[in-house]
Amino acid sequence: MADTPAGITPSQTVGPFFAYGLTSNGKYAWNDAFTNDLVTPDASGERIRIEGRVFDGDGAPVPDSMLEIWQADAQGHFSDPQDKRALPNSSFKGFGRCGTGGDGEYAFDTIKPGAVPGPDGKPQAPHVLMAIFARGMLVQNYTRIYFDDESSTATDAIMALVPRDRRATLIAKRVQGGGPVYRFDIHLQGDNETVFFAV
Amino acid sequence: MTLVYPLDSLKAHPARLSPGYKSTVKRSPSKPLIIMPQTLTELTGPVYGHEKVRENDHDLTTQHKGEPLGERIIVHGHVRDEDGRGIPNVLVELWQANACGRYIHVRDQHPAPLDPNFTGAGRAQTDSSGYYRFITIKPGAYPWGNHHNAWRPAHIHFSVFGHAFVSRLVTQMYFPGDPLFPFDPIFNSVTDEKARQRMISSFDLENTKPDWALCYRFNIVLRGRNATPMETK
Repeated sequence: MADTPAGITPSQTVGPFFAYGLTSNGKYAWNDAFTNDLVTPDASGERIRIEGRVFDGDGAPVPDSMLEIWQADAQGHFSDPQDKRALPNSSFKGFGRCGTGGDGEYAFDTIKPGAVPGPDGKPQAPHVLMAIFARGMLVQNYTRIYFDDESSTATDAIMALVPRDRRATLIAKRVQGGGPVYRFDIHLQGDNETVFFAV
Repeated sequence: MTLVYPLDSLKAHPARLSPGYKSTVKRSPSKPLIIMPQTLTELTGPVYGHEKVRENDHDLTTQHKGEPLGERIIVHGHVRDEDGRGIPNVLVELWQANACGRYIHVRDQHPAPLDPNFTGAGRAQTDSSGYYRFITIKPGAYPWGNHHNAWRPAHIHFSVFGHAFVSRLVTQMYFPGDPLFPFDPIFNSVTDEKARQRMISSFDLENTKPDWALCYRFNIVLRGRNATPMETK
């Protein structure tokens, strides 16, 4: 029974009916482990909203997907003991989850992340890692959200791996006027297909 | 950071485009995925959510006034990495249909009864050896619209966090000997026979509780070969 397993457990789709278990959001008799609001009282940095919609290969909105984000705090530290630089006493966790609505829409309230160490020793541009799950998706897709008002995005080592004509799909655009809101749409397939990473 | 999560492990997963499962046709990427190194962002992950696990969240049969209808079962097992190390303190979330094959979700239109005593959601945290345990009801098979006379084999959905965001796993646990296996495009989207078997729980007579509940064991293996052991807090 405790033998070394021969391989990982394969992924299966999250299916259409996950909401009451994973993204209840007050609609079902179940509490949420995670929400789309990452902001904690002690979190320093700029409070931002990242919002957008999820579309399929026909451009139709995807109302039954689940998005999860993982990010550093404003100082570029992850709330994980594996990040030895992690700040003690910070209640900012850097993880959020959101189910899409009827028009494929989602939103996260969070803090703009700081730069984090990169593979080449140089800091990476501020970014958020996102996993996308949905009915019709047998394995989650990973993508990254960069910010259009961060000049370091242009020299980011991971961004440099992406064909030039597809880089814009990874960049959230600051919406003019109102609060600090960034727009980031996700296209699962097609001409504007979001870049997904094999990682 | 010496952790490595080789991409080779991912070969166990289904192809994102698996046309037998029709919804993948418009929801899978048409362009190649971009290969990238795993950085601190990918190698770390959320290590919380446990504070949301209440005392009886692992017992789906005691969440309401009365007991749910159906066959009471125990589902337990270990969450391990590819080198067989138990993964402690990870959050395991579960959701499922009731004994009649009906989900409480508002969009489920299957004309089978809902059970007022069953929501179908649970969560648990693995202990120091990576062990978890749920008490629930055996879910029923149910029809779906993928093709004529399509039925999903009975299954329980699992969502598991490892110690890195890239080891995150959402999967489905099946029951041994289900006659619907050969006809289910989701189950068969995993093309390797041995990998498919890893999604099927095993009947566990030893841990079956006499006069009370049958037991099934479902061990979950997350990415993590070559990973160095975690420092424990």
